[in-house]
Amino acid sequence: MDFSGFLMMRDEISLVALILILLLYDLFAPAKARKVFQPLACLLFVVQIVITLLPVSSLEAFGGMYQTTPAASLAKTLMSAGTLLVFLFSKKWIEEKHEIAQGEFYFLTLCTLLGMYFMVSAGHFLMFFIGIELASIPLSCLVSFSKKDGLSAEAGAKFILNAAFASGISLFGISLLYGGTGTLYFSDMPVALQGTPLQIAGMILFATGLFFKMSLIPYHSWTADVYQGAPTQVSAYLSVVSKTAAAVALFTIFIKVFGGMAASWRPVLYIIIILSITIANLFAIKQKNIKRFLAYSSISQAGYIVLGVVAASPQGLTGILYYMMVYMFANLAAFGVASLVERQCGNAEIASYNGLYKTNPWLSVLMMFAMFSLAGIPPFAGFFSKFFIFASAVQQGYYILVLIALLNTIISLFYYLLIVKAMFINPNESPLPRFRSDSYSRIAMVLCFFGIVLSGIVSFFYNKTNDMATESMEMCGLSRPKAVEETLDANPVPGQTLNTQGSTAMNATASWPSVLE
Amino acid sequence: MELIPMEYYLVVSSIMFFAGIYGFITRKNLIAVLISVELVLTSTDINFAVFNRFLFPGHLEGMFFTLFSIGISAAETAVAIAIIINIYRNIKNVEVRNLKKLKD
Repeated sequence: MDFSGFLMMRDEISLVALILILLLYDLFAPAKARKVFQPLACLLFVVQIVITLLPVSSLEAFGGMYQTTPAASLAKTLMSAGTLLVFLFSKKWIEEKHEIAQGEFYFLTLCTLLGMYFMVSAGHFLMFFIGIELASIPLSCLVSFSKKDGLSAEAGAKFILNAAFASGISLFGISLLYGGTGTLYFSDMPVALQGTPLQIAGMILFATGLFFKMSLIPYHSWTADVYQGAPTQVSAYLSVVSKTAAAVALFTIFIKVFGGMAASWRPVLYIIIILSITIANLFAIKQKNIKRFLAYSSISQAGYIVLGVVAASPQGLTGILYYMMVYMFANLAAFGVASLVERQCGNAEIASYNGLYKTNPWLSVLMMFAMFSLAGIPPFAGFFSKFFIFASAVQQGYYILVLIALLNTIISLFYYLLIVKAMFINPNESPLPRFRSDSYSRIAMVLCFFGIVLSGIVSFFYNKTNDMATESMEMCGLSRPKAVEETLDANPVPGQTLNTQGSTAMNATASWPSVLE
Repeated sequence: MELIPMEYYLVVSSIMFFAGIYGFITRKNLIAVLISVELVLTSTDINFAVFNRFLFPGHLEGMFFTLFSIGISAAETAVAIAIIINIYRNIKNVEVRNLKKLKD
């Protein structure tokens, strides 16, 4: 590797540069110049997002410890865009409540973002572990950001102890994998994996860390509490950006490293999906607090996302990335409206949304769009994202699983509509008075609005995602274990190149070469 | 010189691991919970070092992982203690049963 290879890590390098600039600016800028800190931060962050948008080819650096693919790069762009929206929503809140600590908020958030970058493009378990820890330690500081607020402190404690516990178990799994295979490189490990009990135990324990990050059901108990106690903007960040990183990393590792052991992990994911979707939906119905409600809704959304991992095909990866994009706009819109309403009325009860339409029609309409998109009602993007991810699972023959997921979307429609009903139908003597939100939040809301509406109808988004995912999976195929490659050559399956034309994904009858069976 | 067999080390690390899990679930004090988490993290360090020394002595991958893991768990503990101190400032004790404002 020479210097040019180093420059290929431009996503990470630009983010590190941004972090350092903001840290030093916050430390040394005179008081007058610090007034423009937030606009400057957002502006520089836009530049960083543009850098992540530059096309990349697949590459390995540091002897395979760092790997990047077009799909990983796309995931990074998505995470950065989500973070930018969170920043826009949090400007006013930071100014009012934490004027002195605004630099810290940006610094900590961007540090977790850097950790997630490393999670997504790790090529070695050490790299991955450092990434996941870099993503969760500063995040716990963010969760307990409102120091005077007892709820925030409690949420912080719950988050850090659970996160440390999950990462400890995950680490134990990595140590068993190391003992069973003798290597920690993602590219070397598949050759040494024969599915011995030690390796299976290591894999399942390892996956705990990722399941925790995605808050899937057996590891979900922290989610509702932390989302409720944390500042709303941080909850938004947790529910969108953190989940994107974990979902993409889960897909990469399960396909690339444990691809040959799919018979062991498929039943596990199968059960986890059913539990996550069903139980979270049932809990969401009875929630009275909007943040708890969104927490349970995000658990069930995470269950849908794992459908793409079970499919383990290029369409699955496309489905995951596309789902995350759509989910990001809808969920950030919901959290953004929730934070604005919370700032006005001082609590996060769903009851305070009663009659919101009469006084704040635009906010209500945005919230309604977000809810419809999360529920998956056709004209909105959420329908298409669910459609593609279900289709990817159906292609691999998971009919019963998809049927259960479909039934659950009906349940979810019910509780999403409860919010819409509260805003539009429920009578209220004294609804929240009309208020005008700050310009940054309005920019973010407009962006979310167009995201919700356009990312579904405009096929460019799906086609682009699909191209990148297919390309990445082909590269991923190069690093498959030799034994598997031989079977591939023996039975060439004509489906491999079928879906390069974008929206033909649905017509592709042939499945992804059944490497994983 | 006769080395202690590898299994003995693994038994120690497994006992530490499960003691940590047990402690995490049962302890009543946040600091004790944190100590239990540390037990879990430390047991993995033993695992890495032992696997490296006995099975794959040619490389140092496991040893490096141990070093990184010790550093990271120290950082994690520091942050956790800071948060626990913050809780003490808010509610004047660190008992788990008093952290019940957030619940269904």
